[in-house]
Amino acid sequence: MKIATHSPGVLETHLRKTRGVGRKILVPYITGGLTGWIDAIRGAVANGADAIEIGIPFSDPVMDGPIIQMASEKALRDGATPISILQELRTVDVAVPLIVMCYYNTVFRAGHDRFANTLRDSGVVAAIVPDLPLEESAQWASAAEKSQIETVMLAAPTAPDERLPRVVDRARGFVYAVGLLGVTGERTELAVTAVAMATRLKKITDVPVLVGVGVSNAEQAVQACTVADGVIQGASVVRRLLEDGADAVAEYVAEVRAAIDSPIASKR
Amino acid sequence: MNSKPVPTELLTPGADGRFGEFGGRFVPETLVPACEELERAFNDAWNDSLFRTELDDLLREYAGRPSILTECHNLGAQLGIRLILKREDLNHTGSHKINSVLGQALLAKRMGKKRIIAETGAGQHGVASATAAALLGLECKVYMGAVDVERQSLNVFRMKLLGATVEAANSGSRTLKDAVNEAMRDWVASVETSYYCIGSVMGPHPYPFMVRQFQSVIGKEARKQFQEMCDGADPNVVVACVGGGSNAMGIFSGFVDAKTRLVGVEPAGGAAVGRGTPGVVHGMKSYLMQDEYGQVQEAHSISAGLDYPGVGPEHSYLASVGRAEYPSVNDQEVIEGFKLLARTEGIIPALECAHAVAWIAKEAPKIQGQTVLMNLSGRGDKDVAQMMTILGDQLD
Ligand SMILES: Cc1ncc(COP(=O)(O)O)c(C=O)c1O
Repeated sequence: MKIATHSPGVLETHLRKTRGVGRKILVPYITGGLTGWIDAIRGAVANGADAIEIGIPFSDPVMDGPIIQMASEKALRDGATPISILQELRTVDVAVPLIVMCYYNTVFRAGHDRFANTLRDSGVVAAIVPDLPLEESAQWASAAEKSQIETVMLAAPTAPDERLPRVVDRARGFVYAVGLLGVTGERTELAVTAVAMATRLKKITDVPVLVGVGVSNAEQAVQACTVADGVIQGASVVRRLLEDGADAVAEYVAEVRAAIDSPIASKR
Repeated sequence: MNSKPVPTELLTPGADGRFGEFGGRFVPETLVPACEELERAFNDAWNDSLFRTELDDLLREYAGRPSILTECHNLGAQLGIRLILKREDLNHTGSHKINSVLGQALLAKRMGKKRIIAETGAGQHGVASATAAALLGLECKVYMGAVDVERQSLNVFRMKLLGATVEAANSGSRTLKDAVNEAMRDWVASVETSYYCIGSVMGPHPYPFMVRQFQSVIGKEARKQFQEMCDGADPNVVVACVGGGSNAMGIFSGFVDAKTRLVGVEPAGGAAVGRGTPGVVHGMKSYLMQDEYGQVQEAHSISAGLDYPGVGPEHSYLASVGRAEYPSVNDQEVIEGFKLLARTEGIIPALECAHAVAWIAKEAPKIQGQTVLMNLSGRGDKDVAQMMTILGDQLD
């Protein structure tokens, strides 16, 4: 395993500390601009989320399945823009780090420096850009670093062993282990690739490793956490927000929290 | 524009997949290894004489190449120009799409893939993909916007006849852009077994370069044929319609080093180069119709094949350095162009290439006496039902 040489930012420090006390990391994903999204953030934090990932809706979300597509379309129809979402985010005073997930054109259109500054001024500490792979990420990463925005890198099951260390090297905050071959969405079972991916990453880095994409319920979160430092839950959270509102999100987060905190879950 | 000299040859992108500032590989991490593998496989195949011979044989004996040139004596006289068509409409399956699909399907087989995925707008690329899959024994899944499934129902049926599965894309604008999204989502999930057979000079590197190379047969043939027909001269103007831009890149590629004016005609409702700004979608940096926040706008065109808010990155490059120009025509002008070629020459063009006809008719007063080579990228049979609804009894 390689000890990271960069000095950890706000997110990474927080996640390392969380891991340090033996707590598994839970990061719910919430589509910005969706009815009730701010309440959902507050509810998630109150019920045990360690950080929140806020999705900025994009017209062409190629990494997203039906649920998050639907949420994005709805938020856009309701007039959400990157600016309106980040403005509203300033009003949220929660004690956990906020991460933004957005497609690269949102960043590119705004301009790298301007976007990074806007994130920082809105209280966001990290960014995930799922269609900006390692080879294309240098410009954004340096702009982000200047504004103290940590850029989370995705590591996918298709990456050969030779590639993973290079991805991990660029990762700040945490490494996003893509749990399966496919787009976001709920699955009946956790793909075998999820734990395999976490295992490969844990072997080569001490940066926190979180599994996301296809972690669809409390049981699957527990399974992923047998190896990973934590999980990101997207579609299962957003579906609840779409169908039953912010309270359902809070309840769900509490349920997953309890499951990954249980002694069986933390037993390695 | 640019003060640098206008380039006289096409670029071969390096590892970064760039044409100038355009192009690149903006894909989810999951797909990066697949793009790299494809790049290696294509370069290897393209430099392998056995592969090239196999492809050339298929193009000749299956697709019917070389396609001929036809001089439009009637329309040319009417417009005061010399108008010559490159007849890609006479290829098997009725358009230029077969050129790239045969190359890509052979490559897919060579890479050991058993299944191909394709997106389609007008259905011509879907039909060509389904055709090649039937011929080469591959499974084929085609994504098509729900709006296009409706207006190109004939091609949907053709694809099914050929054994392909057609899935309607119901997200977003439910046209070509959304079909590409669905195809990419499929590819993210099936990348280990499936080959994404992209329909134009678009997408992440190496697709724009690779599809151009496969389509360059159009330009190569046309240059030679035109010179034979016109005492060794090159045309004053080469014109093609531009959706993603593959038929245009195909014919442009033969004339970049000539003193020929290169014109790519876009639909007014999908003028990516004409009215767009640089953006990133579908794996590439290129001109794009988008709002101030980078949300991709919906294109609106009478022709499903051009109903796309983006454009291949090499066209953005050629526009930015001033080597090619990208005017647009509106739907009404296209309908007139469609009728014009049918009435004067007995050739019903695809609605896509009716855009090129429309531009030529409009430009004619300014280019009197000049020679114009137009790429007739496809035949209009697929559009007849749609035109029947639009024109109705106006024809009586
Ligand atoms: C006949 C024809 N021409 C042109 C196009 C547009 O594609 P491209 O711009 O890649 O040539 C299509 C696409 O469906 C087509 O069917």
